[in-house]
Amino acid sequence: MVILETRIPRTESNRLNATFAALADPTRRAILARLARGEATVNDLVKPFNISQPAISKHLKVLERAGLISKDIDRQRRPRRIEAGPMAEATEWLEKYREFWEVNYKRLDTLLDVMKTVEKKKKSEVKRKK
Amino acid sequence: MNKSDLKVEARGERELVISRTFDAPVEMVFDAHTKPELVRQWLLGPEGWTMPVCEIDLRVGGKYRYVWKKEKTGDEMGLGGEFREVARPERYVATEKFDESWYPGEGLSTTTFEERGGKTHFQNLMQYESRAAREAVLESPMEEGLGVGYDRLEALLNKQAQAAGQGE
Repeated sequence: MVILETRIPRTESNRLNATFAALADPTRRAILARLARGEATVNDLVKPFNISQPAISKHLKVLERAGLISKDIDRQRRPRRIEAGPMAEATEWLEKYREFWEVNYKRLDTLLDVMKTVEKKKKSEVKRKK
Repeated sequence: MNKSDLKVEARGERELVISRTFDAPVEMVFDAHTKPELVRQWLLGPEGWTMPVCEIDLRVGGKYRYVWKKEKTGDEMGLGGEFREVARPERYVATEKFDESWYPGEGLSTTTFEERGGKTHFQNLMQYESRAAREAVLESPMEEGLGVGYDRLEALLNKQAQAAGQGE
């Protein structure tokens, strides 16, 4: 649950949708992890991932559409490389959502501490009465 | 203040998972999530908001209703739903919908509590009706929601501790 303050432009939202959708698949996450270490062609990726070239190409297309990777069309076999922007944006949204909750949960920590103290006091009072 | 282990993950296409450990017994953490007089002390969001309405009928088919108010502007925001499962102190499942929802459909929220060595591991799994709905939720707390600086937070915590002390 969140406190809504502003709505954000649709375009930004769609981009984020695409990013999260692209990241939802484990193979695509693995491809991204590989590209984070350096650019690679489709063929470079076929071997370690042990899946067909069309399957790799399909995953690459999804990643490209999300803006997570780009290809160098001027070079032979068009090596793919990672694009940092959208990934950072998706991480940032999650991080902000996290901060939002942490504010609430820090308050809950404090409340729980108070509850524990009260409980302890009650228990020691009961003991004394006995 | 110790660094917390709060984790937020976007899982699959339309789920959000929040998890955290609280240094308290499981019954206490469960009650802090389900007893109105406790909930309204911490579930406040950003500074400047209060929670004038907090009603919880904790049983299967029972309803809950929260209303937050931004004191400065008078803006209000309501949220409610129905309990589908209640098993104190381990778990409850409830639907969740904002009065003026900016995302399609209802959310289904599954909250679990597990005690390990005197601490309670909490997890909330939110399932939205679509990917777009989840994204709308992730994007919403932007502005104000997260503008709370940590120094202001500290002051807020102290105030809360005092208030909680008086309330007991």
